[in-house]
Amino acid sequence: MSDQIRAILKEHGRLAVDVATLADDSDLYQAGMTSHASVNVMLALEGTFDLEFPDRMLRRDVFESISAIRNAIDELSKGR
Amino acid sequence: MDTVARIAREVAAPFADEVDRQARFPHESIEALRKARLMSALVPRDRGGAGCGMEELAAMCEILGQHCASSAMVFAMHHIQVASILRHAITQPYYAKYIAELAEKQYLIASATSEVGIGGEMRTSICAVERDAHGRFKLDKDCSTISYGAQADDILFQARRDAQAPSNDQIFVLVRKNEFTLTQKGAWDTLGMRGTCSPPFMLNSQGEVGQIFETPFADVTSETQVPFSHILWSNVWLGIATAAVSRARAFVRQQARAKPGTTPPTALRLAEVSSLLQTMRTNVHDVASECDALMRDEKNGTAALSSIAFALKMNNLKVSSSQLVVQIVHQTLLICGIMGYKNDSKVAVGRHLRDAHSAALMVGNDRIYATNASLLLVLKDD
Repeated sequence: MSDQIRAILKEHGRLAVDVATLADDSDLYQAGMTSHASVNVMLALEGTFDLEFPDRMLRRDVFESISAIRNAIDELSKGR
Repeated sequence: MDTVARIAREVAAPFADEVDRQARFPHESIEALRKARLMSALVPRDRGGAGCGMEELAAMCEILGQHCASSAMVFAMHHIQVASILRHAITQPYYAKYIAELAEKQYLIASATSEVGIGGEMRTSICAVERDAHGRFKLDKDCSTISYGAQADDILFQARRDAQAPSNDQIFVLVRKNEFTLTQKGAWDTLGMRGTCSPPFMLNSQGEVGQIFETPFADVTSETQVPFSHILWSNVWLGIATAAVSRARAFVRQQARAKPGTTPPTALRLAEVSSLLQTMRTNVHDVASECDALMRDEKNGTAALSSIAFALKMNNLKVSSSQLVVQIVHQTLLICGIMGYKNDSKVAVGRHLRDAHSAALMVGNDRIYATNASLLLVLKDD
């Protein structure tokens, strides 16, 4: 799953650095992801993983790192 | 609150036209607010302040806004900065000490959030912190506008974390009067809000690394700067709208008295504008009260304040109140007619109208709509 998340970040995150150089817990905002880019990342994640982030999860910290995103997706997938 | 009402009426109001005409700083009202120790209104009592919450402060902005919008806007902008320090940096020893000093000496804080070359996007910086080996930093910023920069004691502003950081990896930092120099690069001769004295400046500063907020600017923006700005600004605008409507009411009453028994045609327009004012007031108060509750909620407040749903609501408030204020004041001009148009009349609304037009530009509404458009792509309203 991390690879898919990384691919999405590479395409939509508009990071200032190569996503391959980031650790799973690196701060994506510090790596240059803007709030506008994060919206595109959310949309791509929803499309790729066929899920919808409820409003309570639409917060900065939920998308701040690859592992945080993975946890969010795990939480949503479990409920199905 | 009575004190603010008195200052607004007795100090801000008599100088409002002069402040506007000469585009000069409303030093009489700011001095009176200082004497009343209101520059530390938001500071908790155990830190030497008055312990007011956001709602009380918002009400103060509205009252001041009724009499002198420039004074009200300076007061509002100062408190947005105080609120940011209190919420995000008060645990840092430097700021605990600073706030105690602010409460004692009633400092006025300006913010230098604009920068030449970023196109009005606060979440982007070009300037960057340069740290040296002795725990000090140097920071220069080319600012397109700093409100009351020349009158402020201290300045709070954002910059890139360091020269390597991407443009949105920003820190927030306060520099003190003896730590910065401002070089004015242009004039402040504007349509309205002339007393805020907000020309472009080159800001050169230095300080101790301990002055840099440990909380990233991104969090300060979403949790404090945006909600406080949009709510306090909206209250200032509500004050402008209220004052203009009150002049229109006086005008219509006068017409009615001249011919008892017939309702003057302007009364219909007054009824219309009074409903708009109520819509604006209800919206502004409702969002302020919700935000105040979230700010006090230590358990779930931060999560709610940083949510997309909340950002959308704050942006909607800004956009709607900045449009309503212009619409309302414009209608009052139609009611008062030539008497509203004349600057020397008792029901003049020219200053109100010019001040009101600044609202749509303080963070351009189009930019805010663009942000909301993107937020709505993911928000489900569930």
